[in-house]
Amino acid sequence: MSQNLVDIKNLKLSFFTAAGEVKALNDVSIQMKQGDVLGIVGESGSGKSVTAYSLMGLVPHPGKIIGGSIAFDGHYINEMSEKELRILRGNKLSIIFQDPMTSLNPVYTIGNQIEEVILLHATKSKKIASKRALDLLNLVGINEPRRRLKQYPHELSGGMRQRVMIAIALACEPKLLIADEPTTALDVTIQAQILELMGELRKKIGMSIIMITHDLGVVANMCEKIAVMYAGKIVEYGTADEIFYNPKHEYTKGLLLSIPKISATKHEKLIPIDGTPVDMLMPPKGCPFAPRCASCMKICLKEMPPYTDINEDHYSACWLLQKAAYDTITNGVAR
Amino acid sequence: MNQKMPVTFHLDHEKRVPEAFQLNAEDFVPATDIEKQELATMRESVSYWKDGIMRFKKNKIAMVSLLVVIFMMIFAFILPYFYPYRYEHQIRGSENLSPMEYSQTELDAKAAGESVFPHFFGTDSLGRDLMVRVMKGSSISILVGLVASTIILLIGSTYGAIAGYFGGWADTIMMRIIDIIYTVPDILIIILLSVTLKFPLQNLALRSGFGWISTVGVGLISIFIVFSLLYWVGMARIVRGQVLALKELEYVTAARALGANHGRIIRKHLLTNCIGTLIVTTTLQIPASIFTESFLSFLGLGVSAPMPSLGSLAAQAIGGINSYPHRLFVPAVMISVIILAFNLLGDGLRDAFDPKLKN
Amino acid sequence: MSKLIEVKNLKQYFPAASNSLFNKRFLKAVDDVSFSINRGETLGLVGESGCGKTTTGKSIVRLHEPTSGSIHYDGKDITNVNMLPYRRKMQIVFQDPYASLNPRMAVSDIVGEAIDIHKLASNNKDRKAKIISMLERVGLNSEHANRFPHEFSGGQRQRIGIARSLAVDPEFIVCDEPVSALDVSIQAQIINMFEELQEDLGLTYLFIAHDLSVVKHISNRIGVMYLGKLVELAESYELTFHSLHPYTKSLISSIPEPDPKKSRLQQRIMLEGDVPSPLNPPSGCHFRTRCQYATKICAEQEPTFTEISSGHFVACHHCCD
Repeated sequence: MSQNLVDIKNLKLSFFTAAGEVKALNDVSIQMKQGDVLGIVGESGSGKSVTAYSLMGLVPHPGKIIGGSIAFDGHYINEMSEKELRILRGNKLSIIFQDPMTSLNPVYTIGNQIEEVILLHATKSKKIASKRALDLLNLVGINEPRRRLKQYPHELSGGMRQRVMIAIALACEPKLLIADEPTTALDVTIQAQILELMGELRKKIGMSIIMITHDLGVVANMCEKIAVMYAGKIVEYGTADEIFYNPKHEYTKGLLLSIPKISATKHEKLIPIDGTPVDMLMPPKGCPFAPRCASCMKICLKEMPPYTDINEDHYSACWLLQKAAYDTITNGVAR
Repeated sequence: MNQKMPVTFHLDHEKRVPEAFQLNAEDFVPATDIEKQELATMRESVSYWKDGIMRFKKNKIAMVSLLVVIFMMIFAFILPYFYPYRYEHQIRGSENLSPMEYSQTELDAKAAGESVFPHFFGTDSLGRDLMVRVMKGSSISILVGLVASTIILLIGSTYGAIAGYFGGWADTIMMRIIDIIYTVPDILIIILLSVTLKFPLQNLALRSGFGWISTVGVGLISIFIVFSLLYWVGMARIVRGQVLALKELEYVTAARALGANHGRIIRKHLLTNCIGTLIVTTTLQIPASIFTESFLSFLGLGVSAPMPSLGSLAAQAIGGINSYPHRLFVPAVMISVIILAFNLLGDGLRDAFDPKLKN
Repeated sequence: MSKLIEVKNLKQYFPAASNSLFNKRFLKAVDDVSFSINRGETLGLVGESGCGKTTTGKSIVRLHEPTSGSIHYDGKDITNVNMLPYRRKMQIVFQDPYASLNPRMAVSDIVGEAIDIHKLASNNKDRKAKIISMLERVGLNSEHANRFPHEFSGGQRQRIGIARSLAVDPEFIVCDEPVSALDVSIQAQIINMFEELQEDLGLTYLFIAHDLSVVKHISNRIGVMYLGKLVELAESYELTFHSLHPYTKSLISSIPEPDPKKSRLQQRIMLEGDVPSPLNPPSGCHFRTRCQYATKICAEQEPTFTEISSGHFVACHHCCD
């Protein structure tokens, strides 16, 4: 069995704020092999971005890892020093952010910013770096790359800037690219361009991608595996087909029913998920989704559900799945 | 249904299921809505004020300065009423006493068994008790600070809010006026004003109904006029900046869509959201006003005798600086303590109510 | 069917920073747009950021003063009248549930503001009763009345915003991206609420959003905007399944379908490049710089907005070739 590229085990992470402890991640485990494309979906505050940041060794300020381990390509991220992490980041491990407007430095040219990464990790030669920068702009489909290298971020449109961000992220041919809502700030037609680009690049370079998004359309389009997060917990994990055609967790089911589809041929009322998102300062004792769940049972309010395997790579944390198992057993006993 | 049937079963992935679960049939009964509701309760309501006060209370320096301010207020406004000496009262034979010193008459009275209240800071050349004069002087200074800041608050916030809200030409003209006022040398204007205002005000005071002018003092009134003419510009600029940012927000547009008129929008939506800034700027304005007042009184332009202010007390002490240094020392320390306390209080309020302004 | 709103040749220009003192430049946010909305229907307006859809919505309720053109409400020209009486009939719901509520006002005062402005309550008790009935209408309760906006989640805040606009008992509401800032699981709640309110109160909506799937779900008819122009307008299903304008076609095909199998088969019409600056739009047809069918005529002549089939309008030189 080949080694996992990403191996996060039972990661627990809390933010210690003035108002109290916020359990941002609660027992999160993720395994990825080289070349996998994983989508992490969930609503704001579900912990999807924090998971990715902690994989980069970037835990946002009042946050602290309080349990579990994060391994990337055989390195234990949570045990590495800042210096060692810096060698890894931007080199084997890259990230692109949601807002291409703020993630580029406005006082340097595009060329400077791409070359900087290359000079930092790959080569000492300025000449090779600038040639590589040119190649990268070509790769991400920017027209007139020679001219663009000398331009400043404000001279480019949003879509262009996101392409530049991708070029920077790809500068050292990373093994893993983390994309944190890379298209949320962009228009649909530009989003389609960027998604297409990422798909092509993945085939060319053979890197793995973690795609963090709230848009089920984007994950359906890009990802082979999907992790659905709710309140700091992966509530369901499976292949894209399993998640979309055989969802097991009530939250996943609810999400799929609540989105309007462009291909719908007649008007059907949406079935929303009731209630409001969890207050992470005061999470419920049992299953975090219980207060909003239509099929909530007594046990859901008391105990966190364990993971149940549905098949080889599909599991979910829901008491209903245990109930099904329980029913078969009791019925069997009765007979 | 109610019979307990503990069933134990294992799932394939042992690492995912840490232990075998004991499951009871009754646990799998659907939960009632009430049970679910209990989980989704809202946190206790925390208003802007409660939140700010909580943060303020955590700030030790600010709390100490608040106590100092309160103590100063009691010292300046309440204590003089219970003090055996009056600030304008000249005690014959008790001139130029050192701190805690008694005059011959007072020593005689003490010897006769009468109780004589001590002069903690001594007396001045006219035999007035310095302690009570410092109290009165502090009260005048604090009063000037409070009244002047209120004037500045009213004029500055209104002017700034109007300029920022209407924008365009109104804003350009109003801001150029502020620029002009900034360039005017304030000390010069104060001196000119207090000289030119003196006689008209004195004449006015003679008319019936304007008697209060002589009570307050012509000097003090001209100080207030100067403050209301010149010192509001800083406040106006700050408020305008805030309003410019706030008026673009959607809740202001929403109020317009509801049909709210300009006055309502400025009052209910713009100024209420500047309130943190207003409190902080006003609090920080108080020590600045006290300082200016002391400075003017020191130059002899402030309050008129026999009314003392901390500045005029210091000015009077200059004459005997070699023989009686404490007469300068006492009001000077008072000015410093009052200004420091108000400044630290203002900083504390800013951290608590307007964290954005910190940088 | 009677026309409740009629917009004729609406132009909304904003002065832009110019490079010389005498040569004034204008940002043509909305450039000659005409359409009407029937009583009781929902007209959707889609387009990408900067296409002028929000400006159109705000101009209709006169939050901007139109540069030219006219707006008619229920047959009356309201382009130059005192809006106060119409503020009770036309309302707007905003995109950002965080910026659209005054953080210093309690929920009861936010919802009660309209009641105060238009003096809709005779006494304090009446006012309170009205506020609570509004809150209940949007799925909140009296317990929420004395709380402040920051204590609520995005979806609840949006409900408060809707309660505020309902307080004047309006006939027409401009919904300016009301669900785009919300989590997916909450969007459906708000969309359903809009539908229920329409059924109960007979409201007319102008529903503005960039998400075509949402707009299609809620609207009877949809207008597509590109760079300040309306390029296509048709009944929702007609527009999504038989679109004529190349921009609409690519917009529809760009939407990632939340269905992996369909998504793999999806044929995308990729648009080249980015949207040009509205300060300096291309000559003729604004879309021609990104259009694969563009010819000489597209650069020379602006296409007219014509009715191709009943109720289906399109502005394109080549859509019927």
